[in-house]
Amino acid sequence: MLRYIQMRLLSAIPVLVGVSLISFSILHLIPGDPARILLNNMGSGAAGDSSDQAYQNLRAELGLDDPLVVQYVQYAMNAAQGDLGYSYTTSQPVGSTILNLLPSTLQLTVFGLGIAIVLGVFLGVIASMYRNSWVDSLTMMFSLIGLSMPSFWLGFILIDAFSFRLGFLPASGSSGIRALILPAVSLGLMAAGVVARLVRSTMLDVLQQEYIVTARAKGLRYRTVVMRHALRNAVIPVVTVIGLQFGALLSGAVITETVFARRGIGRLAVEAILSRDYPMVQGTILVAACGYLFINLAVDVSYAWMDPRIKYR
Amino acid sequence: MAQVLAAASAPLHSQPVRTRNRARAFFRELSKNPGAIAGLIVLVILVLGAIFASIITRHEPNIINPPDRLQSPNSEHWLGADPFGRDLYTRLVYGARVSLPVGFIAVLISASIGIVLGLVSGYYGRVVDGVIMRLIDIMLAFPGILLALVVVAILGPNLRNVMIAVGIGGIPRYTRLVRGSVLSSRELLYVEAARVVGVPDRKILFRQILPNVVGPAVVLSTISIGSAILSAAGLSFLGLGAQPPDAEWGSMLADGRQFLRTDPWVTAVPGVAIMLTVLSVNLLGDGLRDILDPRLRSQ
Repeated sequence: MLRYIQMRLLSAIPVLVGVSLISFSILHLIPGDPARILLNNMGSGAAGDSSDQAYQNLRAELGLDDPLVVQYVQYAMNAAQGDLGYSYTTSQPVGSTILNLLPSTLQLTVFGLGIAIVLGVFLGVIASMYRNSWVDSLTMMFSLIGLSMPSFWLGFILIDAFSFRLGFLPASGSSGIRALILPAVSLGLMAAGVVARLVRSTMLDVLQQEYIVTARAKGLRYRTVVMRHALRNAVIPVVTVIGLQFGALLSGAVITETVFARRGIGRLAVEAILSRDYPMVQGTILVAACGYLFINLAVDVSYAWMDPRIKYR
Repeated sequence: MAQVLAAASAPLHSQPVRTRNRARAFFRELSKNPGAIAGLIVLVILVLGAIFASIITRHEPNIINPPDRLQSPNSEHWLGADPFGRDLYTRLVYGARVSLPVGFIAVLISASIGIVLGLVSGYYGRVVDGVIMRLIDIMLAFPGILLALVVVAILGPNLRNVMIAVGIGGIPRYTRLVRGSVLSSRELLYVEAARVVGVPDRKILFRQILPNVVGPAVVLSTISIGSAILSAAGLSFLGLGAQPPDAEWGSMLADGRQFLRTDPWVTAVPGVAIMLTVLSVNLLGDGLRDILDPRLRSQ
């Protein structure tokens, strides 16, 4: 098991290098010179000897005159130490800005994932128990609508219903559990649709197995067979999808944070792209991709814990 | 003698008949699935609406008309007017011209690049496979919309770049799917025979192997269009896609968000349009998957 974790960590290294390369390339692939963009953002884009001197100084300061390999190594070493450069618009360190906003985004994603798992597993189990009945059709239609609905529109509907009309919950903001409920529901419903469809499908497979027939023949109640015998075995493929859904929720947070005016790294990334704050874009992309990579590693490792038959070599 | 001649000529005459029968069987199977038929009907209506937009609308989609600002649905503006006084029904119909192709083109980009990478990776193996699959692993480290954000950050925010961004984001799924199929197909006897008689790799890949692996890729495409439309609408909603004053459903939703409390139809109209379109594509995709790939048939 420990060896497997070591192997998976080692195999993550080339991917991490690739992710950092892509993040590093953003600054070099954008049209225009980063130093000029920074000077324009600072409002010092005027022509003249003094601005030329400022431009040359800035290029040297940013290390843009060094060969690309040197620049990348410097970038990777700084990133490994948490130094992701300075924002073009606020001049604040990118690392600490992201670190301040990360808990808010993680809170939203984890809460959304919780809603997706609870609702998705419940709907999937109910649909498989009442296969081909109206309950099955209704739950599957609900999950299909959840999959088809734009999360930003769902967010608006929730704000309209629960904030404006009923006044139960705040429409925006980042503080407190009450401000988290609507964004998490809006984020989690789509993933709940995916989970529900998969749980139904795997449950139907498992319910046809011989050990289920044996359990039923022993006289166990159907509900006990479903909950104790079938669900535990149907859950492994679901964990894979939950790992993938975490990524989908992480990227969905980009839109949800904008709809609910919530502080977080998703909204930070969009604002950074729109204001051409490239160090901030690089930082948010790098942090999100690394987070996703480690979540998938955790999902892989959790298989062994859930299913002792799985032996990693 | 006559029987021999008839038997010899049979394949020539039966080819179009067989194709026709297969098409008939395909539509007979599809007609058994009411969800898929409903999805197909809605999509056909949307496509016809987009094609004949100038005939079925009475207003200009982008001309600002302040006196009609935020009018509720009435006989002049069937679905109301937006904050700039533009007719929402007209913008909805013209928006279909943008929002529908975005999903299809993005999937076309994903499928064409992903399939070629999967073919090459699976067929050549070794170093080529290693390099391509590591590249795919790196792309997979950017979940959902994040890879699209990288591409938009580099290329700049506009609709064409959103299509490219969403398209690039979909490549890994095709590459993995096709590579898996190629690994088993390349060991088939007729592929080996083609290699032995000196058929060039390019011909083996595209004439012998591709027809074997294209089925699952078509199935994947039908179920990917819906999510591509949603991603593109999401990027436009964030201001990274269609730029004002162009009518696009995602940006129409963004335009109406300040008026959610007082004039909810401004967001409801494009919201329903996106949901209905994606739902129709998903229903049709589910139906096509059941017919084209019975192994994946939903239980």
